[in-house]
Amino acid sequence: MRKLLALLTVLMVTSLLLAACGAPATEAPVPEEPAPAEPAEPAEPAPEEPTEAPGETEGPAPAAQGGGILEAIKARGKLICGGRTDLAGFGMLDDAGNNIGFDIDVCRAIAAAVLGDPNAVEVVPLTAADRGPALQTAEVDILSRNATWTSSREAQWGNFTTVMFYDGQGFMIREDSGITSTDEFDGATVCVTSGTTTEQNLADFFRQKGMTYEAVIFEETAAVYGAYEEGRCDITTSDKSQLAAVRSGFAEPDAHIILDITISKEPLTPAVPHGDDAWFDTVKIVLFALVNAEELGVTQANVEEMKNSDNVKILRLVGQEGDWGYTDLGLDPDALARAIAAVGNYGEIYDRYMGPDGIAFTLPRGPNELWSNGGLIYAPSIQ
Amino acid sequence: MASTQSIDQQSTSIPFYRDERVLKIIAQVVSTVIIVGLLVLAVLNFLQAAEARNMTLTFGFLKEAAGFPISNPPIEYEPSMSFGRAFFVGLVNTLLVSVTGIITATVLGTLVALARLSSNWLLSRIALVYIEFNRNIPLLVLLFILYFVVFGQLPQIKDSITWPGPIYINKRGIYLTWPRLTETGIPFVILLSIGIVAAIIAFIVLRRRRELSGQNTYYVQISVAIVIVSGVVGWILSGGSPFQLSTPVLEGFNFQGGLRLTPEFAGMFIGLTMYTAAFIAEVVRAGIQAVDRGQIEAARAVGLSTIQVLSLVVMPQALRIIIPPMISQYLNLTKNSSLALAIGFQEVFSVGKIAINQAGRAVPVFALVMITYLTLSLLTSFVLNLYNSRIQFVTR
Repeated sequence: MRKLLALLTVLMVTSLLLAACGAPATEAPVPEEPAPAEPAEPAEPAPEEPTEAPGETEGPAPAAQGGGILEAIKARGKLICGGRTDLAGFGMLDDAGNNIGFDIDVCRAIAAAVLGDPNAVEVVPLTAADRGPALQTAEVDILSRNATWTSSREAQWGNFTTVMFYDGQGFMIREDSGITSTDEFDGATVCVTSGTTTEQNLADFFRQKGMTYEAVIFEETAAVYGAYEEGRCDITTSDKSQLAAVRSGFAEPDAHIILDITISKEPLTPAVPHGDDAWFDTVKIVLFALVNAEELGVTQANVEEMKNSDNVKILRLVGQEGDWGYTDLGLDPDALARAIAAVGNYGEIYDRYMGPDGIAFTLPRGPNELWSNGGLIYAPSIQ
Repeated sequence: MASTQSIDQQSTSIPFYRDERVLKIIAQVVSTVIIVGLLVLAVLNFLQAAEARNMTLTFGFLKEAAGFPISNPPIEYEPSMSFGRAFFVGLVNTLLVSVTGIITATVLGTLVALARLSSNWLLSRIALVYIEFNRNIPLLVLLFILYFVVFGQLPQIKDSITWPGPIYINKRGIYLTWPRLTETGIPFVILLSIGIVAAIIAFIVLRRRRELSGQNTYYVQISVAIVIVSGVVGWILSGGSPFQLSTPVLEGFNFQGGLRLTPEFAGMFIGLTMYTAAFIAEVVRAGIQAVDRGQIEAARAVGLSTIQVLSLVVMPQALRIIIPPMISQYLNLTKNSSLALAIGFQEVFSVGKIAINQAGRAVPVFALVMITYLTLSLLTSFVLNLYNSRIQFVTR
């Protein structure tokens, strides 16, 4: 009681004092208006009324907002990329401790294009639950962390660029559980990552089927699969690529099977903060270029000699002929060529991590084949 | 800084910059302006940034369907229910683990403190090891050890450890045989509650009468008798079996019936209890040791029994020292329950984190989470401060 009273008294005294010193300072914009206000300068122990001129109105500006991301990146000298270190194939650490993976290469390609150096990337590892706010507040220049593109995320988080990986949600179970179809899932315990579309799809799936389940939910991906592998759950669910990645890291990968069923669309898409169209365009064009490079047979190895190609489409891609938009975006003509030289074309990136000799695991390209090969990967032309 | 300069009072016209009273006022005003200015700057910066990023401070989304599951909700919850409901489920979980944790941590902490003060060397050393071990490991590490190492290594359901009771322990949790109220048991519960209330009133009234008159009013015996009589009458009225033991039985994937503590809850509950009990033990020990040795010797000399020495002389004085730091420990325990995020127990912060992501409303959710913890903490300290001021008054 006494404590409460004391608290109240302190609050009252504070507000009274505020009112008292606010009164004589009417010429100065008293910090009521959210306009250019900033606190009355308290620096000098001057007379009673702190009637300083409102002096500097800029205050500590909240970084580059509503445009200017590219300028901010150039001034900073590096690209801040929201990624991860805990998922084989997409964002992982190699033996030397370097952050590598499909999603990380996307960031490296963009850094190579806009800064000329694929290593000028600072990867900020984010959990699934943290990535939305990080993009919303523009703490990252790009979010490349196998994020599924959905309408509400598009509206709330930022601008989703172009689908880089077509995926779908699947289920992984222990082979010795004897379960062969999802109809036998009633009453099962499912391990899932929080803050994901997976979590929602899981709820939808069981609701549709009219079955009950027990969800065990963690924020850290490692905790989800750790708990599953220890036997806390009968089932774990995520994007199929992620399940394949995780299974490759289990002590006994063959003891687990991924069911054939796919219960959702998971278009994994890099996203950029809202409010900067030029940056949005830049990122999209770099990603388009990676796909176009595969279509045109431009690879990491041959990109330099392709500058003398007799194919005009290739010449445009590598910046030898015509303007692919670089003047308006303030980029170098060979920006796209640099991106390809840094990480290779789309197919090379895929194969590096998930191809037949992939570093992480092997996953058939399936829908991630080029459209010309019967897949879904399709990009507007660079011209 | 100005206090030494104002000693000279030779003239009546001291310049204001050497007048201690004026300087003090100026210091107050300047510091207030700095603090308020910083606060205003922070708030304005936040509002501007939130505006620019299209992050609104509206709470309308709380009515929308949440869409995400919550593991083992303590009250009814479906993903089709609202964010508000999901948040409430988280709050119930927070309260559940905090209240049970506070009770067990207090009991365990007091026992460890008594063991620590024991003249038995072995007992005292064991208590010392317990305290130092738990106090010097970060709670998060302790939780990971409990959840992934201890619970993770338990057997599968089919090979459950079976303890008499029966109690089954496996990877999926701890299954206890637990009394369930039968349909006919309601009169028993009603009568017993009336009896307990009556007993408490009788206890207070009769004790006061004894304190005033000095005559023994047998207040302990009378209140116990009231509880027993009301219980027996209720038992007879309810037809003999107000409770039925519910035993866990293995059906399909899981055990059914009984009381189940999930590994997530159990890990959190045991972790919070172990960790906070170590601190409480030290608080209690400090309180007891602060009571003058002469008081105990004097009480013994008067002929009081050991229990009487403790309850009439030591504890009333020790409590005055124990309660204030104890309040901090209770608040810590409540706030530490937010670490449950790491081991999948879905309390208010963990649900909040999911809501931030699924609803895309970081600012309102964080505001809600902060208000929740602030309210819980202020309520806890308010209640305990009331108690504190009461015991302070009584003993002085």
